[in-house]
Amino acid sequence: MQLSKMNILMLGWELPPHNSGGLGVACYHMSKALAMRGAKIDFVIPYTASHPNIDFMNIHCATPLTPLQRYGLGAYDSSKLLNKSFTKADMNDLKDMRGVQKRYIKFVEYLVGEKCPDVIHAHDWLTIEAGIRAKELTDAPLIVHVHATEFDRSGSDNGNPLVHEIEYQGLMMADRIIAVSNITKGILVQKYGIPAEKIEVVHNAIDVASFDDGYVYDYSTYRYLESLRYAGYTIVTTITRFTIQKGLVNFMRAAAKACSKYDKIVFLLAGDGEQRDELIRLSADLGISDKVFFTGFVRGKQWRDAYSVGDIFVMSSVSEPFGLTALEAAHHDNALIVTRQSGVGEVLNSIFRYDFWDEDRLADQIIGIATSQALNSSLKQNVKNEYCKISWHDVATKFYNIYNSMKQGVVS
Amino acid sequence: MSKRGIVLYLHAHQPYRVRKYSVFDTAINHDYFNERVYETRSNNEMIFKKVADKSYRPMNQVLEKLLERHPEFKVSLSITGTFIDQALSWTPDVIESFKKLINTGRVEIVSETYYHSLAFFYSRSEFERQVEAHKSKIREIFGVETSVFRNTELSYNDSLAKWAEEYGFKGILAEGWDPILEWRSPNYVYRPAGTNNISLLLKNYRLSDDVAFRFSDKGWSQWPLKAESYTDWVNVSLGDKQIVNLFMDYETFGEHQWEDTGIFDFYEDFVSRWLQNEYNTFYTVSEAVDEFQPVGEISMPHTVTWADSERDLTAWLGNSMQQEALKYVYELEEDIMRSDDPELISDWRKLQISDHFYYMCTKWFNDGDVHAYFSAYDSPYDAFLYYMNALRDLRWRLYHKHLTEN
Repeated sequence: MQLSKMNILMLGWELPPHNSGGLGVACYHMSKALAMRGAKIDFVIPYTASHPNIDFMNIHCATPLTPLQRYGLGAYDSSKLLNKSFTKADMNDLKDMRGVQKRYIKFVEYLVGEKCPDVIHAHDWLTIEAGIRAKELTDAPLIVHVHATEFDRSGSDNGNPLVHEIEYQGLMMADRIIAVSNITKGILVQKYGIPAEKIEVVHNAIDVASFDDGYVYDYSTYRYLESLRYAGYTIVTTITRFTIQKGLVNFMRAAAKACSKYDKIVFLLAGDGEQRDELIRLSADLGISDKVFFTGFVRGKQWRDAYSVGDIFVMSSVSEPFGLTALEAAHHDNALIVTRQSGVGEVLNSIFRYDFWDEDRLADQIIGIATSQALNSSLKQNVKNEYCKISWHDVATKFYNIYNSMKQGVVS
Repeated sequence: MSKRGIVLYLHAHQPYRVRKYSVFDTAINHDYFNERVYETRSNNEMIFKKVADKSYRPMNQVLEKLLERHPEFKVSLSITGTFIDQALSWTPDVIESFKKLINTGRVEIVSETYYHSLAFFYSRSEFERQVEAHKSKIREIFGVETSVFRNTELSYNDSLAKWAEEYGFKGILAEGWDPILEWRSPNYVYRPAGTNNISLLLKNYRLSDDVAFRFSDKGWSQWPLKAESYTDWVNVSLGDKQIVNLFMDYETFGEHQWEDTGIFDFYEDFVSRWLQNEYNTFYTVSEAVDEFQPVGEISMPHTVTWADSERDLTAWLGNSMQQEALKYVYELEEDIMRSDDPELISDWRKLQISDHFYYMCTKWFNDGDVHAYFSAYDSPYDAFLYYMNALRDLRWRLYHKHLTEN
């Protein structure tokens, strides 16, 4: 079947501008790339909002929640889920994650009754159950796209058992699985016992064009940091959710070690999350609170400018399936330091790598870049040539091949 | 023979709270203390006006009435410089009513730091400048001199007493804390260890806190407290000793204990009852020092305060955030003073107000709920971030001033 004749049911949890992280960004770009090739996409989200910049697909709002109410539920954390079994969940209780998911499934049931999709493409555990239900009803092939597993989110083997169960079920029921990196594929094989042949790795890309929207860096957004920069300081940035998955405690300790050897560095931590207070306290415990800047959650101009003010971007994740922010940082002229546990490292060469626990090594790398103009500029320049080659267009081609490789339900 | 006396001392203070001052304000906006949203706990004007309505105006009326009615009634007040400045901006009538009280000659002003700061523990030079600034402010506004000293949060140790003696004070106030007093009673005048010419007045914390903390506590076995029983307790405690020192926040009346608890009527009633006995009276702090000879020497090598169940400074410098913030603010002293820029110096001093560090306190549990009540922020961590951003901005201004001048 031609991609241009395909009806794709995309089951997602967020889209820009109402996203709280990379999942929404990735969903947006892959849908757009597929739509450019002629695919007709029905994209389901669990809240009601207008998306004036999205005209290439049909967006279906499954509940009357506002995007803000949905943030309250947490887009990523399963910690708010607790132990409620599904049968007990009330689909009229939209303050409860399970209630929202149940409502979401009801909505998908209605949608597939109206129009039968050729392919069902479900993103992460939040929508997996809806994907399984849609497959039951339509017999269309189900693709489970894994952006992150419960092992990543919890930063350990002790995630929420209910979420593990949902993920396992989805992986078993899926006709094909897409993992965003080899790291994620490895987790699916090792922790869930899924046969490697069932899993296809498709790395995320970056849409460089979307950044060319007339953006000009505003030096006054982080004026104090700019004044430090002028005085010879190097700005080390990270933009992330402050959760255990992101390895920020190790990052902070490495920052203190770096400061003890070299004075002219400061750290910008943009974002928010449950570890925020702990990190603020830790910076004071380590005696570097004066060198650490917390912005809170940033979006729009403050978000773009946070990348631009930085010289070095660190991705310190304990377990990061992909890590789009590293590519965004590279685009805004940062040298990258990325943990070996981050998938984005698989598509880049001109970066520093370290194991998330290796604080000495991270400190060493930070000082190395901060004290060598040559190293700094060659890392920045060379990484640019690398991420430019990864496009969403190529991602769409890979999806197309995967959709077509499935016998069941697809007639060519 | 001396009359049996109560020394009533009330402490009036309002800080300049730092507004929700983010990294995006740093090096751009320099108005750290000017929260734009009115109805929020970090808006200084809103808080001051609210407390003026609830406490300063009604309590000053009560004090005025008591002074008119009872020639024996006396009271001592400490009023911080930051209180006076804010009152002058927003409620000048409150200053006028204080003037009225002081003009009776039976209301004494106690000396302290202008900025309600912990400067004594970080910089002796800055500390003395703030004491001097407070003295001149009191002279300027109320036309009186001060002769008895109290340090921020009643923090006290032997070296403070020595300093106060050398500085020329004849009395100093401290907490009458059991582990220090051991078998001794707080109801006498004492001499600080290692001094010759200064007297120490110790707060009777049980009787003070019955009013300041427990008065409206319905879980307290003595609730509701009547003036009659309280007068009895004071009588029993005093016995044939010298004085009972009742030290508390001014805001006890109307703000910590709201009007509907009956606190104002209780106090009027108590004063009248106490003075029904012709052998009873009230003393101001300096009168108490003049009237009674010290009965013995008291030593407090470690700092004691009137705060929390530990009676120490841990609510201000117990955690690393507080220690860092204090370190950074006092590190600036030399550069700030050299700048000779009144605005920089004033903002720097406002950043020394001890309340900033109190808001960063993370001792939850028993003491924590008191802290949360008095905090202007969502959490100690927010307090710390806003403070650090303001401090960095101050540093930025200082740096740019040097750049443009050189």
